[in-house]
Amino acid sequence: MSGVLVLEQALNGLQFGLMLFLLAAGLTLVFGVMDMINLAHGSLYMVGAFVAAWLVGLTGSFVLGVLGAVLLTGLFGMALEAGLLRTLYARDHLSQVLATFALILILNDGVKMIFGTDLPLSAPAALAGPVELLPGLQYPAYRLLILGVGLVLAVALWLLVQKTRLGALVRAGASNRTMATAMGTNIPALFTIVFGIGAALCAVAGALLGPLLAVQVGMGENILILAFVVIVIGGIGSIRGALVGSILVGSIDTLGRTLLQHVLREFLPPQWVGAAGPALASIAVYVFMAAVLAIRPQGLFPART
Amino acid sequence: MLDAFGAGYYLSLASRIVVYAIAATSLNLVLGYGGMVSFGHAAFVGLGAYVTGILVSEGVLGIGWHLLWTVAVTALVAAAIGAISLRTRGVYFIMITLAFAQMLFYLANSVKGYGGDEGLSIKARSLLGFGLDLKNPLVLYYVALGVLALSMVALARFVPSRLGRAVLAIRDDDVRAEALGFPTYRLKLVVFVVAGALGGIAGALNVNQQGYVSPNVLHWTQSGTLMVMVILGGVATVWGGLVGAAALLLLQEVLSAWTEHWEFWTGWVLLAAVLFARQGLVGLLLARRHRPGPSPPPGIGDTR
Repeated sequence: MSGVLVLEQALNGLQFGLMLFLLAAGLTLVFGVMDMINLAHGSLYMVGAFVAAWLVGLTGSFVLGVLGAVLLTGLFGMALEAGLLRTLYARDHLSQVLATFALILILNDGVKMIFGTDLPLSAPAALAGPVELLPGLQYPAYRLLILGVGLVLAVALWLLVQKTRLGALVRAGASNRTMATAMGTNIPALFTIVFGIGAALCAVAGALLGPLLAVQVGMGENILILAFVVIVIGGIGSIRGALVGSILVGSIDTLGRTLLQHVLREFLPPQWVGAAGPALASIAVYVFMAAVLAIRPQGLFPART
Repeated sequence: MLDAFGAGYYLSLASRIVVYAIAATSLNLVLGYGGMVSFGHAAFVGLGAYVTGILVSEGVLGIGWHLLWTVAVTALVAAAIGAISLRTRGVYFIMITLAFAQMLFYLANSVKGYGGDEGLSIKARSLLGFGLDLKNPLVLYYVALGVLALSMVALARFVPSRLGRAVLAIRDDDVRAEALGFPTYRLKLVVFVVAGALGGIAGALNVNQQGYVSPNVLHWTQSGTLMVMVILGGVATVWGGLVGAAALLLLQEVLSAWTEHWEFWTGWVLLAAVLFARQGLVGLLLARRHRPGPSPPPGIGDTR
């Protein structure tokens, strides 16, 4: 097990974690501020990926495709919130589960009807090659782009939440919604904006991960579960928690998948390693979540007062 | 009644509805009456299916053994999962039950000896003795129907009983119930285990009906589907599980015969149900018959 391999996987884990953060951030805000369970969040990620793939095919430019997807998905998210999801805030969580589950069905098939079951999306040709980070460590340039974008957005989001008025309102709403309303915050507009930002972030993740993970119907379901795990670990309503949680989860998942194989190879007969490795890696994330909940039931950085 | 038609298709559909109804009713017990939003219930159904499937593929065919092992294993696993999960509340409980279900899902994916991610097919079925075999679709249907009827009668008797009232009190306000001296943790655990075991029985019937079980049965979207059936049918109602299962499965059948995009339309129907039939279909039907309608259970999923 070489140090280069570990480093490479660590970078992959960080990269996946940052993309996971983009989903988790939107999800934790929606759950924290609006107290709504939104199962369709993964579907917004899927919509973002499909729109990006479609636009890139249309314009031939990766940048235009991604930016267009972000804009369109953000607008779509806001329309969805204002038109439908708004009515669910007052309802109990079970009704929200049913409604957003229904939304998953509608969006999955809707996307299939418009775009087909999958669309090709490849990384821009300029970034197709590897970059030498260290002697002996070649890392794909495209993944470096993802890392860069992820870090920039993480910082931008932190600045937004910590340093702007909007951010203050969001934090107030997440901390104590009743008081925030009583203090005169224009809740409906705030909610629409929060949801729109969440949708836009999903689109970034979807568009950037598209070339790596394949743009296909149903791609949102698996990552949605991880996003929920992240926000539970991080603390509902906390952006900082979402960031820490997603990097941890991303790393455990990625490193687990690759490095665990090496470790298991020492102990188990080969035919078991192929199956046990990924299985244990997937379980590892949930075991970690259970452990965090056992020690700190409110998550690592609880936002709620 | 349906056997008069003689059409195998309808019988198979009816059996599927009944088996899902058992699973949905078991979820309604833990979710509707117990107030525990378990997002991992499909794991128990899947576990029951796998236990029975594995027994059959190993040559153990008697239904007595199947039921015994299914109930024993699912009850044990439910006790373990419940013991840990019930220490949490609200959305954390939801997440941790989901987590355990996912662990079982990945476990099912990795059992290479019994199909792994491709699933396990079985050639034989459970034997009831007296020459009766669950391979016979009619026998399967009646056995499943019997189990469903027993479950619903038991549920109907449970609700007004002392234990039932205690559980409902805990659901409505567990802090107050605890203060009144109820052993809330223990009672919730009992309900969780019973519901899990019943879900396992549904799974055992399911593998008999399909002749096949795969890890997909344990996937979280299956738990979601069961929840949808319960919510659609009517949370905390005896008939809710059956009505919800029948409604959803019939809807899927009708829509998929008409268009390949049946998921799209199913979604809209479900959405309409959430927005306009707040107490589920049972609530809707009861409200029509006499006013005022049934009092809605307090927001079960409310987390504070």
